[in-house]
Amino acid sequence: MAVRCQFENSSEIGVFARLTNAYCLVAIGGSSNFYSTFEAELGDIIPVVHCSIAGTRLVGRLTVGNRHGLLVPSTTTDQELQHLRNCLPDSVAIQRVEERLSALGNVIACNDYVAIVHPDLDRETEEIIADVLKVEVFRQTVGENVLVGSYSAISNQGALTHPKTSLQDQDELSSLLQVPLVAGTVNRGSDLIGAGLVVNDFAAFCGTDATATEISVIESVFRLTGGQRSGEVVNELRDALVDSYA
Amino acid sequence: MEYHAPASQHMVLCADCGTPIQPNNANLCLSCLRNSVDITESIPKQATVNFCRNCERYLNPPQSWVQAQLESRELLAICLKKLKGLNKVRLIDAGFIWTEPHSKRLRVKLTVQKEVFTSTILQQIFEVEYVVQYGQCPDCTRLAAKNTWRAMVQVRQKVTHKRTFLYLEQLILKHNAHRDTINISEKKDGLDFFYTQRSHAVKMVEFLASVVPIKTTKSEQVISMDVHSSTVNYKFTYSVEIAPICKDDLVCLPQRTARAFGNIGQLVICHRITNSLRFIDPVSLQVAEIPAEKYWREPFPALAAIPELIEFLVLDVEPTGRYAVGHNGAVNRKFEEADAQVSPLNAGSFGEADAVYHARTHLGALLQPGDTVLGYHLRVANFNSPEWDSVHPERKPDVILVKKSYPERKKRSKGRAWKLKSMAKEAEDPSSENAVGRGAVGRRGGLDSQRVEKDYELFLRELEEDEEMRANINLYRDPKKEEERRRRKEEQTRRTRMQDEMQDDEDDDDAATDAGFTTDGESEWGDDDAPRVRMEELLDDLEEMNIEE
Repeated sequence: MAVRCQFENSSEIGVFARLTNAYCLVAIGGSSNFYSTFEAELGDIIPVVHCSIAGTRLVGRLTVGNRHGLLVPSTTTDQELQHLRNCLPDSVAIQRVEERLSALGNVIACNDYVAIVHPDLDRETEEIIADVLKVEVFRQTVGENVLVGSYSAISNQGALTHPKTSLQDQDELSSLLQVPLVAGTVNRGSDLIGAGLVVNDFAAFCGTDATATEISVIESVFRLTGGQRSGEVVNELRDALVDSYA
Repeated sequence: MEYHAPASQHMVLCADCGTPIQPNNANLCLSCLRNSVDITESIPKQATVNFCRNCERYLNPPQSWVQAQLESRELLAICLKKLKGLNKVRLIDAGFIWTEPHSKRLRVKLTVQKEVFTSTILQQIFEVEYVVQYGQCPDCTRLAAKNTWRAMVQVRQKVTHKRTFLYLEQLILKHNAHRDTINISEKKDGLDFFYTQRSHAVKMVEFLASVVPIKTTKSEQVISMDVHSSTVNYKFTYSVEIAPICKDDLVCLPQRTARAFGNIGQLVICHRITNSLRFIDPVSLQVAEIPAEKYWREPFPALAAIPELIEFLVLDVEPTGRYAVGHNGAVNRKFEEADAQVSPLNAGSFGEADAVYHARTHLGALLQPGDTVLGYHLRVANFNSPEWDSVHPERKPDVILVKKSYPERKKRSKGRAWKLKSMAKEAEDPSSENAVGRGAVGRRGGLDSQRVEKDYELFLRELEEDEEMRANINLYRDPKKEEERRRRKEEQTRRTRMQDEMQDDEDDDDAATDAGFTTDGESEWGDDDAPRVRMEELLDDLEEMNIEE
């Protein structure tokens, strides 16, 4: 199930949260409402951690991670880094990255196996990504946008990309990621997928503006309806979309 | 050969309704976009239009009132002007939807465009309803409050007759000086002219100053005042007094004034009025011209006026051959010095009937023995004037002759083949329907109107006698009179023919009628010496011709 929530009246929850299959980072907000939503949904499965990165609340945009590790920008303080090491499971490697494009969440999109990154990213960073997150790294754009993290959301089950991603790009991305992929929107027509949606293999959170249509698309593409059938639905839906307008 | 499917257009689902659409900036289908965004939000759907029920004009904000037909472009412009938020959108089309004319509602259909998201232009058609609010425009309000005029010119002359005003009326008509006048009302001793603007009143005052000797006093009255904008609403009144001296009045100049004008005799006759007063001394034929401002510095009254004139019979005239000389040295042959022997015609007191007076007169060029002449009988007059008392008794003549008179004939007015125009008749009190009189003057009715009729007749005669005066005003042909005269002439010739045919019969009867007509003809065509206006001096009255035929 995809859950709607809001961070201090903002529907751009992807900015303030980072969700992976092994942990969830949540920004420190004025009220614990946002945190509670995550805690309620994920609390008994994975740790939900309150944290800040470089003194800001932009946890989701500044970090990137998966089951294997977490990359934080070089601006992260030692204290914050120590806090993250204490809170996250030991299996998760945490690495500070010296990267000019420091909003790692915007320039990198990944699941547990594959990462697509901004074409201008440092080669060193690319190596770190491959080592720490244990993923294959591809330099790619999403719908001609270089900020791949902002305009896409990827899990091991599926991927949602910018609405203007062409069919050709979709096919290409889909073959890279080896997951079903759909171009779509969140938060009632917003194309900032990464900002409006956080997703892992068993949960998804989107902004309160998201419409039922969008939620149903998200649930189907990320197979969140539970059971085997969901995959079929996604395939059907995707096929229907592709076929009827092919 | 491999088959390539045509490049397919990829689709996303509309965020609201889930319809597959081509991705756009809003990522919403058109209908959902319309539902969610209202570009007419900033435009009121109802507005009011002000309408003056009296003059049937619409308020064109902010100030002006314009006449506009229903469903006209002008009205549409007013309607669109009334919509506040219209500048935030692009207006594509506007038009009226028909409404019942008496419904006080106007419906306008508008098509507007607006950019809602980046490069997403939405077009929308909607309807605005206007309520036509009836009211009064400021003009009508002022009219209703009888507060129409802003400036008034009060023209007064403190004399007993209306001749000056009758003459003034003709001057005003000739120069079209009453064009901006909104109302004329008659008051005691004069007329009031009303204007909407002060400048019009000033113009009128200046016109009056150029034709008659006047004195002006200006006053203003505050009607309302706005302390915030320091604007003040005034009413202006110009009080214009015309010198109370008319043509043919006898004036006894104060000694100082007489000395100042070339030592002219104190007893003088006013022979002409323009914007200055012109006097002639009937004894020495000396003339003096007193400008208005000089007169008003030391005003003096008339000693005797036209009503005091009595008729004399000229027994003998001996011209001396001396003529009046003007200031520029030009000889005025109109005035010739003469010694006349006169006798009062309709003597009232005993012993007067055969009294013979000797008079030195300036009318030598006109008078013949046997004529009648009008003059002031000073011998029997009793004036209450210090100036008169100061004149040396030896210098007081018995009689001063003023003008030649013509035999009183009823027919004289009948035979007049010309007429004057008059300003629109407007009674002072609109309720009195039986307002009578001559144009602007003499509307007060009753005795006054009779006097005005008499004054008017005198004025017409004066015009006939005075060519100079006639030159200043417009005289019009009277088609009715001409027609009448022609008919009568024809009839006369017919009758004479008939008379020739049956000469023997009805001798007495025919003779009587014949005699009647002969007299008529004489009075019209003037075997007598009564002055007459020549045909060349008359103008055609175009308006009258159009209306009557």
